[in-house]
Amino acid sequence: MHFQLAWRNIWRNPRRTAVILIAVVIGVWSMVFLGALMVGVSDQMVRNSIATLTGSLQIHSPGYRADPVIDHSMDHPEEVISVLKKTLPVGAEWASRVRVHAVASNARHSSGVTLVGIDPAREAAVSFIGGAVDEGRYLDAEDPYGILVGRALLENYETRSGHKLVLMSEDAAGEIASRAFRIVGVYTAELAATEKQFVFVTKAAAQEMLGMGDAVSEIAVLLPNPTAGDDSAAALQSALPEQYAVHTWRELLPLVEAYLEINRKSVAIWYFVVFIAMGFGIVNTMLMAVYERIREFGLLKALGMKPGWIIRGVVTESLLLLMMGILAGNFLALSTVLIVARTGIDLSVFAAGAEFAGMPRVIYPVLKTEHVTAANLVVLVLGLIVSLYPAFKAARFTPVEALAHT
Amino acid sequence: MAIVECTDVVKTYQQGKVDVRALRGVTLSIDTGGFVALAGPSGSGKTTLLNLIGGLDEPDSGHITVDGNPFDEMSQSRLAELRLNKIGFIFQAYNLIPVLSAVENVEYVMLLQGVGAGERRERARAILDEVGLSDMYNRRPAELSGGQQQRVAVARAIVSNPALVLADEPTANLDSKTGNGLLEMMAEMNRTKKVTFIFSTHDQRVMDYARRLIRIQDGRVAEDVDKAA
Ligand SMILES: Nc1ncnc2c1ncn2[C@@H]1O[C@H](COP(=O)(O)OP(=O)(O)O)[C@@H](O)[C@H]1O
Ligand SMILES: [Mg+2]
Repeated sequence: MHFQLAWRNIWRNPRRTAVILIAVVIGVWSMVFLGALMVGVSDQMVRNSIATLTGSLQIHSPGYRADPVIDHSMDHPEEVISVLKKTLPVGAEWASRVRVHAVASNARHSSGVTLVGIDPAREAAVSFIGGAVDEGRYLDAEDPYGILVGRALLENYETRSGHKLVLMSEDAAGEIASRAFRIVGVYTAELAATEKQFVFVTKAAAQEMLGMGDAVSEIAVLLPNPTAGDDSAAALQSALPEQYAVHTWRELLPLVEAYLEINRKSVAIWYFVVFIAMGFGIVNTMLMAVYERIREFGLLKALGMKPGWIIRGVVTESLLLLMMGILAGNFLALSTVLIVARTGIDLSVFAAGAEFAGMPRVIYPVLKTEHVTAANLVVLVLGLIVSLYPAFKAARFTPVEALAHT
Repeated sequence: MAIVECTDVVKTYQQGKVDVRALRGVTLSIDTGGFVALAGPSGSGKTTLLNLIGGLDEPDSGHITVDGNPFDEMSQSRLAELRLNKIGFIFQAYNLIPVLSAVENVEYVMLLQGVGAGERRERARAILDEVGLSDMYNRRPAELSGGQQQRVAVARAIVSNPALVLADEPTANLDSKTGNGLLEMMAEMNRTKKVTFIFSTHDQRVMDYARRLIRIQDGRVAEDVDKAA
């Protein structure tokens, strides 16, 4: 009967109830949906970044990150790899690479690129390139003159598959080395910048061209759970001799990490803003509802109702309103997320700006249980807390002054 | 045995800078089973006295005891319990909770008292039958006439067999025929259920129903007539 009474009370003024419900619904919807978009963007950014040659973690010679030159290569990668085999969890993949700055040129154009020498089979399991070639073919194990280039680079150089591209870089002896490669495949990446930056040849070809023997620049590891690198990084660092440095993707991509932090903060700020607006709405409306019923509260007190029961009654009314709003808000948010997750939101209209920020071209919202739970708890718990104010007001009217009120 | 005892009760209201002396020392004793009218012109202090006897307000000085409970020693929450279990109230108007039906209004007090659902409904219907509203159980207050609403209020006041029912001008908003009907019904409840009724009025015809008539004037007892004696 308490619920029945509360239920009927909230429908005494359907318009007011509708307003409060709409506020809660919009609030919950925007919190859940915006949260899902942010998670979607973050997840995609992290996944792209990890796939774009970063991996879950990387091993280098200590000087390489500050100065990525041949001198800072690892001369005995096999000793690292034997540790990897012992230390990494089942399902982890790794690939060693040569990675140096180079100049690529043809008759029409010339520009700086990153020359990546890969082990084609191993690389395919670690980074995006294995699945990114959409014209021509991927590299073979024995492919001393084959090169993969990005779609955007191909356009810059006004060239196409089958044509030649000359790469120049400093070799191990400090001399300029160069080699003519033939474009065997063209890849596409999430970002045009990636397509312009990286060209791929076989590791053997790069080692031969640069006269570096069996040395490699880096070893990238992809863990079964790609984003969880901390434990494995610590284990590797302690298992490896001191001349190797292990870094997780978070350390390798400080900008992405910073962006994720901004993302988390903006969601928190949004939650706060929504809540402040909604909280004021709830307090206001409930206060109005309470003041309209002063006489009734006086009557109830005269009948022997204790202040605690009156508080419980008003809070029950808020609880019902909040529950209805939350249910509808979640339903709406889930539907929107499901629909948008299918089509995605295409940001290519703003692509230049978005790409500058390193954002994916199309974003897909992703629901995370903990975000949905947080949004709901914020609305429910804080909603109930703010409704205590009107509830205490209602309980404080003395029966005599309340009954005198008409 | 006295159910209500007031000794030197004084109550002063502040209205702006003026002190309004609503009660200037009221001493009276009302026996169990009485059917008592507090009569007096508007502003004489009837409502103030009834509110004090009901524990809705505190006197500035003096003592009030209801059913052996001295109010000076009781907390607000004990007073609320006493009202819930021992005292029924009937006001001039707006006695009912608008969103509850007649039978639910009567049940609500029993709900607060902790009476089980089945018994609640049964007792609420029985008492509505007694006050002549057997076909109005499910009407909301807005769908009842003024007289019917007051009958529901009486039913609610007596449903849990209180020691005392306080009625502040219960007939003031009713035409005289309906008012007489209500008073006859209250008198009937007083006889059959041995519930003490104290009601206030400034209407001579209403006073005629009382077995004891206490006239209040300017916050004092001006006359006290026990017609039974
Ligand atoms: N809350 C109040 N504040 C100020 N004065 C009041 C208040 N209640 C009653 N009074 C004054 O006290 C006197 C007695 O009022 P009341 O008990 O309501 O008389 P009655 O019920 O006999 O008409 C009146 O002069 C009235 O104006
Ligand atoms: Mg009065």
